[in-house]
Amino acid sequence: MNNIIIANRRSFLGTSGALSAVAVAMLGGREAMAQGMGGDTSKDTSILNVALGLEHEAINAYQLGAMSGLLQKPVLDVAVLFQSHHKGHRDALIATINKLGGKPVAEKSLDDYAKALRADTLKNQGDVLDLAARLELGATNAYIGVIPAFGNRDLAKVAARLAADETMHFSILTNALGRPLPSGALSFGA
Amino acid sequence: MRWSVTHGLAVSLALTLGSVPTWAQAQSEERGKALYESRCIGCHSVESHRVGPMHLGVLGRTAGKAPGYTYSAALRASQLVWSKETLAQWLQDPEKLIPGQQMDYQVDAAKDRLDLVAYLATLVASKSVR
Repeated sequence: MNNIIIANRRSFLGTSGALSAVAVAMLGGREAMAQGMGGDTSKDTSILNVALGLEHEAINAYQLGAMSGLLQKPVLDVAVLFQSHHKGHRDALIATINKLGGKPVAEKSLDDYAKALRADTLKNQGDVLDLAARLELGATNAYIGVIPAFGNRDLAKVAARLAADETMHFSILTNALGRPLPSGALSFGA
Repeated sequence: MRWSVTHGLAVSLALTLGSVPTWAQAQSEERGKALYESRCIGCHSVESHRVGPMHLGVLGRTAGKAPGYTYSAALRASQLVWSKETLAQWLQDPEKLIPGQQMDYQVDAAKDRLDLVAYLATLVASKSVR
């Protein structure tokens, strides 16, 4: 479990000003797009920083779940995989915010996240999965909801791709919890 | 003709997506709670500051003043008091209400806004949280 934390810190501290491979991929390989955005990008940067805050929280939520001892294999492996997705999101967002001239919002302490998410109330694997599912659903809807607010359409596409990942996570978690999938169409983002 | 087709399609989509006219339905705290737990929970909690501020006691509070949360300069400078009306305006278009804010999330359907506000109004610090 400590390896996850150490990797987390190293990855965070090691983020350079250059767009990471993940960020370049998210932006369609067009690093110049991020460098050459004209006009006022402060609003887009602000939205990306809110997204980064969500990713920091998600990474730490999975960390808390993994450290709780409540997750058994193979659920634990899936949780760690999902955490790695969120780390990829985080790295891409930090690189993009830097390129836009913004200041990436800092990660809080694990203890801060534990308090905010009331980790002390998690008593079994179902509790952990329920928390993760609620956060993933909320993130899905948040990302979909801010798409119209982006001034840059490429960044709106990035938000859609982030939402797609979160939707995948939510669907798998819902299945693991034995809950029914949404019965109606267009259930996300509305 | 094209406008009519487009307009008709838009109306159909709006109805499909649940954009029911506000006069057609009363506000529902229970539905508002369900909406909160699917659409707001990504950033907010009732009793904890997360990416967004907590909502316990939001009704009647001055915007940008919940202790322990770091707001945008725009929210801090605002003298707006959260009432049912201002909350609904915020959810409809936060940037229009307080330019420079950082939420950037809109609730498009009026019925959804009404229900969310109805639920938020129940989050009173002196009462048990529903």
